[in-house]
Amino acid sequence: MLTKRHLLGATTALLAFGAAALAQDARPAATAATPAQAGTRFITVASTTSTVDSGLFNHLLPLFRAKTGIDVRVISQGTGQALDTGRRGDADVVFVHARAAEEKFVADGHGGPRRPVMYNDFVLIGPKSDPAGIKGSRDIAAALTAIQTKAAPFVSRGDRSGTHQAELALWQAARIDLAATRGTWYREIGQGMGAALNTAGGMNAYVLSDRATWLSFRNRGDLDILVEGDRRLFNQYGIMLVNPQRHPHVKQADGQTFIDWIVSPEGQKAIADYKINGQQLFFANASDTGA
Amino acid sequence: MRDTLSVLPLTVTDLVFAAGGRPLVDGIGFTLPKGGLTVLIGPNGSGKSLTLRLCHGLLTPTSGVVSWAAADGVVGGVKRHAMVFQKPVMLRRSARANMLHALAAFGLSRSERATRCAEALERFGLAGLAERPARLMSGGEQQRLAIARAWALRPQVLFLDEPTSQLDPGATRQIEEMLMALRGEGMTLVMATHDMGQARRLADRVLFLNRGRLGEDAAAAPFFAGPASPEARAFIAGDLVW
Amino acid sequence: MDISQSFAAAIGLILGGDPAFLAIVGLSLTVTLSAVAIAALIGLPLGALLALARFPGRGAVIVLVNALMGLPPVVAGLLVFLLLSRSGPLGPLGLLFTPTAMVAAQTLLVLPIVIAITRQLTEDLHGEYREHLASIGLTGISAIPTLLWDGRFALATAILAGFGRASAEVGAVLIVGGNIAGYTRTMTTAIALETSKGDLPLALGLGIVLILLTLAINAVTYGASRVGARFAG
Repeated sequence: MLTKRHLLGATTALLAFGAAALAQDARPAATAATPAQAGTRFITVASTTSTVDSGLFNHLLPLFRAKTGIDVRVISQGTGQALDTGRRGDADVVFVHARAAEEKFVADGHGGPRRPVMYNDFVLIGPKSDPAGIKGSRDIAAALTAIQTKAAPFVSRGDRSGTHQAELALWQAARIDLAATRGTWYREIGQGMGAALNTAGGMNAYVLSDRATWLSFRNRGDLDILVEGDRRLFNQYGIMLVNPQRHPHVKQADGQTFIDWIVSPEGQKAIADYKINGQQLFFANASDTGA
Repeated sequence: MRDTLSVLPLTVTDLVFAAGGRPLVDGIGFTLPKGGLTVLIGPNGSGKSLTLRLCHGLLTPTSGVVSWAAADGVVGGVKRHAMVFQKPVMLRRSARANMLHALAAFGLSRSERATRCAEALERFGLAGLAERPARLMSGGEQQRLAIARAWALRPQVLFLDEPTSQLDPGATRQIEEMLMALRGEGMTLVMATHDMGQARRLADRVLFLNRGRLGEDAAAAPFFAGPASPEARAFIAGDLVW
Repeated sequence: MDISQSFAAAIGLILGGDPAFLAIVGLSLTVTLSAVAIAALIGLPLGALLALARFPGRGAVIVLVNALMGLPPVVAGLLVFLLLSRSGPLGPLGLLFTPTAMVAAQTLLVLPIVIAITRQLTEDLHGEYREHLASIGLTGISAIPTLLWDGRFALATAILAGFGRASAEVGAVLIVGGNIAGYTRTMTTAIALETSKGDLPLALGLGIVLILLTLAINAVTYGASRVGARFAG
């Protein structure tokens, strides 16, 4: 009888646990419907792996919450996917880095206006042995040409992310037609920046990375920065509100508060203050309206 | 009031049960009045177990009729016949819980269940084993519990399918004594058995089945003194018909 | 060297009592146990029903349920994602990227396991009990409560198998939960994140903690069901 009672107790506890979990979730949903009520105030931001993996959000969000009381839930995806999330109305704010794709997003009426936030730059990472012999070059087009000529392994994100789109643009700048010339040396993995770096490390391949992710990346192994400083490696981030006319549930006021804070002098200073080992990862440039 | 209405007599007419086109029970008919212990004997595959199951309603006849004096053997909304199997079916619970489960299935009130359960455990000498997991009891104890469990349901007719075939002589003897006691209290018993000694000891009436047919229906004493049919004679002699 | 670092990381995590880490463990357990509880609540009766009911197409249903045990978590996640997206049929509920969505996706993963194993166990047990139960009037679905109760210790295995699948998967919770720090980040999505950050020792350390947790839950359930099974015979 004792055993039976225990089993019953355990089952009851299990069910209560489940019910509690559900009740817990019901709260934010209710809040969303009636913003006047007390409860967790939050917005959902679709952003990129670079801003999340580099730790930038861990640095920014507590500051923002302290000031406004608004929680920010960040989904980290490639830029293409993050824009899709915004398009479907599954996020309130999109914070990404692929200017052309962002401008199309705004032009198509999915959200906006786009505000420039900050930049960093891309770096070409590769094995210290450097089979393509490009170390120290400041010409990214020449470096990519050398990689292609020597058919040295190159890992591509292949996931429509901002970095992937930037990479494709750089191949174009080097006048290399990937569709025609790519061979087994060019390896698309369809994954995030960290996975791409892990893969490149594993197969002694070259890979294009944003500097922030590289600086915070821990599993460098034999990898190092080989090419940097080319003007074409510039990487601009933009932020925009998802169109509340198209998706009425979008938290327009709180989302706008977040955007306004990010581009405000206070937010911009917070971005500039974020450093790893003394190195600044992102350079705030919201005031540069042309960026 | 409870026993004013009887489900008996049971009338079985032209009973046929076929599987795969082959009649396993083939036109059996008999009438079962109130009282006494009727034994079904016959070789393996003669249809003893099937006949019991058809009478108890576990199988639906291919044709023919099983007709109780009260429809389906039910009086006052309660089925008044029960069955005990060759290999006792013991639920994975204590002896007491096994009993209570059957009583609950009969829709009895909680207090009625408790009363009958205590009564049955006591009567069949199981009170000391009440909390034992039924499946860990000995074969004899399990069969005793199965009979007690059936008895607690207050059946007028109890069907038994070779209840002692897997038991040692001591346990067999115990079961036989219980069955005689039940018969003495007016319960009608119908039992299939392979044990000729047991049949001789217990039977008031014998139904001899052979290849799905009723070979002989006779009072026990004359039957065992000298069966009318050559098949029954041979069967009792212990050869040929096997 | 990475391995020893990982064990150190695991021990540090367990002993450190870091609230963020504890929240991740808590969420993992809450989501998975809720999914398993819901799947059990639905799957046990449904599995028993499938064991006892006879209807045209039953064989096909059994094959389908068995096959769904191998449903890729990513596909389960995608289904729930498409349902719950603001642009999907259940979008107005606003459940995407919440623990509820994760529970839903994992329930979808666990349910076929619970149904399939329950079906098999119940069918076997029913084979043994059928005549007695029919004799006392419990035919058809009225036999289900008896069968589920008597099969409870064996059925614990079905539940455990479901728990194992849910607690180990990352694909579904990542898609529908979004791996939001402090809100929908679980053990497995945290492991995926740390791996992509290149912090392999921490990732493996989290993995070790997850394995230990799973081990503990299995041991407790196994022990309880052994004791219970001995009691019930």
